[in-house]
Amino acid sequence: MSDNIAIELKGITKTFGSIVANDNVDLKVYKGEILSVLGENGCGKTTLMNMISGIYFPDKGNIYINGEEAHIASPKDALNYKIGMIHQHFKLVDVFTAAENIVLGLKKDYKSANGNSRFKTMFKTGADLAKESIVSLSNKYGFDIDPEKKIYQMSVSEKQTVEIIKVLYRGADILILDEPTAVLTPQETEKLFEILKKMRDSGKSIIIITHKLHEVMAISDRVTVLCKGKHVDTVKTSETTPNALAEMMVGQKLSLNIYRGDPVNPEERLVVKNLNCVSREGVKILDDVSFTAYSGEILGIAGIAGSGQRELLESIAGLQKVHSGEITYNDPTTGKVENLRDKTPMQIRNLGVRLSFVPEDRLGMGLVGNMDIVDNMMLRTYGKGGPFFLHRKNPKKLAEDIVERLSVSTPGISTPVRRLSGGNVQKVLVGREIAASPTVLMAAYPVRGLDINSSYMIYNLLNEQKEKGVAVIFVGEDLDVLIELCDRIMVIGSGHITGIVDGRRAEKNELGILMTSSKKYDENLTDEEGTTDAN
Amino acid sequence: MVSIASVIQRALVQSAPLLFGSTGEILTEKSGHLNLGTAGTMYVGGICGVIGAFFYERSIPDGGTLNPFLAIIIPLICSIIGSLIMGLIYCFLTVTLRANQNVTGLALTTFGTGIGNFFGGSLVKLVDSDVASVNFSRTSELYRAYLPFADNLGWFGQIFLSHGFLFYLGIVLAIISTFVLNKTAKGLNLRAVGENPATADAAGIRVNLYKYVATCVGSIISGLGGLYYVMEIGNWSNDGFGDRGWLAIALVIFAVWKPNFAILGSILFGGLYIAHIFIPNISASVSELIKMLPYAVTIIVLIVTSLRRKRENQPPAHLGLSYFREER
Amino acid sequence: MQIKSSREPLFHLVKRDKIPWWKAWLIRIGAILLALVACAVISELITGVKPKDLFTTILHSWFGDADYREKFSIVQNRKFWILLQETAILLCVALAVTPAFKMRFWNIGAEGQVLMGCLASAGCMLLIGDSVSPSMLLVIMFIAAVVAGAIWAIIPAIFKAQWNTNETLFTLMLNYVAMQIVAYFCIEWAPSNGSNVVGVINRDLETADGGNYGWLPNIFEGFVKDVERPRMPEYAHIILIVLVLTALMFIYLRYSKQGYEISVVGESENTARYIGINVKKVILRTMLISGAICGIAGFLLVSGIEHTIAMDTVGGRGFTAIMVSWLAKFNPFVMIVTSFLFVIMDSGASKVATDLRVNESFSEVLTALIIFFIIGCEFFINYKIVFSRRNGKKLVSASNAVTSSDNDNSK
Repeated sequence: MSDNIAIELKGITKTFGSIVANDNVDLKVYKGEILSVLGENGCGKTTLMNMISGIYFPDKGNIYINGEEAHIASPKDALNYKIGMIHQHFKLVDVFTAAENIVLGLKKDYKSANGNSRFKTMFKTGADLAKESIVSLSNKYGFDIDPEKKIYQMSVSEKQTVEIIKVLYRGADILILDEPTAVLTPQETEKLFEILKKMRDSGKSIIIITHKLHEVMAISDRVTVLCKGKHVDTVKTSETTPNALAEMMVGQKLSLNIYRGDPVNPEERLVVKNLNCVSREGVKILDDVSFTAYSGEILGIAGIAGSGQRELLESIAGLQKVHSGEITYNDPTTGKVENLRDKTPMQIRNLGVRLSFVPEDRLGMGLVGNMDIVDNMMLRTYGKGGPFFLHRKNPKKLAEDIVERLSVSTPGISTPVRRLSGGNVQKVLVGREIAASPTVLMAAYPVRGLDINSSYMIYNLLNEQKEKGVAVIFVGEDLDVLIELCDRIMVIGSGHITGIVDGRRAEKNELGILMTSSKKYDENLTDEEGTTDAN
Repeated sequence: MVSIASVIQRALVQSAPLLFGSTGEILTEKSGHLNLGTAGTMYVGGICGVIGAFFYERSIPDGGTLNPFLAIIIPLICSIIGSLIMGLIYCFLTVTLRANQNVTGLALTTFGTGIGNFFGGSLVKLVDSDVASVNFSRTSELYRAYLPFADNLGWFGQIFLSHGFLFYLGIVLAIISTFVLNKTAKGLNLRAVGENPATADAAGIRVNLYKYVATCVGSIISGLGGLYYVMEIGNWSNDGFGDRGWLAIALVIFAVWKPNFAILGSILFGGLYIAHIFIPNISASVSELIKMLPYAVTIIVLIVTSLRRKRENQPPAHLGLSYFREER
Repeated sequence: MQIKSSREPLFHLVKRDKIPWWKAWLIRIGAILLALVACAVISELITGVKPKDLFTTILHSWFGDADYREKFSIVQNRKFWILLQETAILLCVALAVTPAFKMRFWNIGAEGQVLMGCLASAGCMLLIGDSVSPSMLLVIMFIAAVVAGAIWAIIPAIFKAQWNTNETLFTLMLNYVAMQIVAYFCIEWAPSNGSNVVGVINRDLETADGGNYGWLPNIFEGFVKDVERPRMPEYAHIILIVLVLTALMFIYLRYSKQGYEISVVGESENTARYIGINVKKVILRTMLISGAICGIAGFLLVSGIEHTIAMDTVGGRGFTAIMVSWLAKFNPFVMIVTSFLFVIMDSGASKVATDLRVNESFSEVLTALIIFFIIGCEFFINYKIVFSRRNGKKLVSASNAVTSSDNDNSK
């Protein structure tokens, strides 16, 4: 049995600063099997795989390949050990053909020239020479690829195919795929799985990083579950159930003691109906999303990262093109109903809609890294007042106020925000968005990367807003937090809503199953229940 | 009355420096570096050739004959060394020290034209020579030597065979560059570096090495354009080289970053550059407007390529940006 | 993210987070000193000029030699005032390119934009010369120059905003189109003596108060009393205009809403989108301003200094200005320093060339050499070299030991 092990990890530990990404993890992959690595976001799956593929080097622990200890210090080393990784973000040159990308960085393969003289082959490109072996490789596993096609003309799944062939062409026997189905349609996913099975049958070892339970059940032979950097268990797929896996994945319930008041006098504030969005590649990112956000409550949005949360918030904020559907806002002061769809952020603001948005990308979108705190305070309000001059008086006051009230640790208010630590950056951003006295506050992963104290401060701020009657939409990744903080939790999976549950009664594994389920939530059945609960 | 053959012949003579310049610049730009110092590099390539020729001719006593091999190889090597140094300065600043490419390129042009005009103007003074001007006519003759029977072949000989060896070298280099860029693994790697250095890096390509080699080889080829020019003229006059360096950069755009297109483009540009001489009944002022044509045509090409958005005809995607692996 | 290779490199680079301003300037000053040493060495090697002669000559180029300085006070010192005027013009062009650069729009077409401004001014002087009142003529010239510069700048901006046409290459090409247009008019306007040079315009066309039509009047004439032949008034008005412009540009960039929008677009288009800034509008507006100031520079050159037009009237200032602005990190007040630096380098180097009887182009070589050092030193401000881990650890522990012992001593 032991000489059937393709790769074995023993006691792998990796830390980044004070964060332990992997803690004493063991892993075994056999030849000719598909292993799923399952876990929530931030549980250390990708870090672990990056150590196998040579991007990181473990702090502790050993890697054995075919029974011998291996030192993998670079992606090149990994390839020498016949390990290839297909990253979530493809590394391809857009203007090159598939074949050119596949042979990139390699010497011309004269062997494949079928006995033609070296001189004759000189006038052929490496891509031309490799074409035959690329075609035979794709026939072998059932890929459908045109080696002459340019990458920029390809769909996402075609690009992924190129990445996989690129790795196979370099002779990889161990393939690691990082969330390969995240960008694929169900049909494409099915096709990919067929191919992966063929590769397995031909003796290759395949590791898939994923958090979609049904896919795990469909494709893998064994499953390894990671939770918060630790190895939970490895089981045979045939001997487990999705519910058991979901339970392992989310771990034990933790008590965080986050304060949660009762919603006061909830009114419909923001109504989203049948919202659809399509990405540039033509993949549906939001699929018939409908929900209502009430004043005076916190609506949590749970889901695996990349399930459409960002697009949902951005389409409400006027940053994402909406394909079809409605977004309406009920103005509490005038009682008017405003349509927000297809409006720019500026137009939304001019309508008198007080919509605040804390985006996921804090320094790339919400703030300007090289500007100081005062100038960042003005981002939303600089247009007010006279026609020409900026007024820094109020922003300055605001900056001082935020620094003091939220205890932002900074040398001064004229320090560029880029120099602040993550938690302080977030305090500045949330502080600014709250200062606009919003009626709707959307926050995407507002506590990501923050320490405990800063996180609690953010929770308190959100609660404060809720008490003021603001409709708060909170996109989070930690289920424990969502359960303790939110009044209602909406679960989103692959672009559609899979469930809306009462935060006070939600169970962790229930959410876990919803997150990974593919069934659409039936609004008519449970919506009433949700509203009455909120009341 | 000038014959059409002599018009074409003179257009070809004008085209050669531009072809060298743009071939070199294309190689550089394919690595993602916009080298605005090409104009200066061509100056340096020219003046270094002049210096080599001048000293070699001086070392031969009056009435002695030049060794043809040495007379050709010495200026050639001097020119190559000069432009290589220019390329290295540019690379060190933009690749290793990641300085702004536009600023560095402009400074390099100042430097190069300064070097050219300084040595061109004071070479005689520096060596306390008794000759009045920088004279290397004998070397220049060797550079311009062509096959003896070309004169007997009428217009065909005049157009195609009446050029010195550097002329043909320019075309050969452009063809070789096309071949290297399109057909070899190294060319593929180089293009990847200019398009997406992070991807190239991940594929195990040594990005900075490629940038250095491409830029230095490009500079050397550009410099040969300067050498061709001075050898064709046979003496040095300050600023005589004019704006040919910038025209070579324009040609890169005109040829949509393809050296083989640059061959035809350079002939067109060469023709436009001297067109005003051959158009009859033209005033001096209008001839200045005609000199504008190469630039105007280049702008039109630039606009058309950006309108058509054909991905193959765009500048290398990472042109003008420096690459730092740890920056995300 | 660091990808480790199996052969661990001796050192790797890290982007610096912050560096105190004084340290940054220390590095820059060090670079200039190094550059001067390099200049001295190269001068001695190539031309045999002794470093001492080199530097005294450079100094003389600024204020004149000892005799000259004794004879003329600072108000009378023509050399010095010319130096300042030169600085003012270069500064003006640098001010023009700054808003575009701040927006990350690589406008290297200032040369052409200024030249078009020059052309428009000169054209007005020649064509409508005495048919309007002198003050009216100046106003028309000014407007014409501003419009011409702005048009030359807005063309590439439109294409950039609409179709993302590469602005660096576009503006570069427009420079040469502008030069040929000027060459055309130079010949057209040249007096018919076959010289093809326009010559001083309106030299004989005097206004009632003793000025010339279309020449910027010396408003400081008679301002300085008690001094024989004061030179200052001849130059002060242009310097003053540019200083006002500098202050205005500083205010525009730092305190105006439009300046704020420029910074946001330049720093992050994503953020601009997030807060609803119309990026295309900002690009067009900023390039209009950039071109208009280039036009002003052209007007000052023709009306205030040269009183003529030629292909080389701008004389590469459009390119030098890019370096001036970039080195000053786009701060208008720092640009006063950097443009002065460029002018004194250039004048010093030319003086060296003439006085020490080397070819005048030697000045360009020396200037470029200094620029190389200044450009290069920015690297040491932005990046930190970290030596490989093992060595690094040793270094860290060593420095820790030093600091702790220091602390002990202080206690």
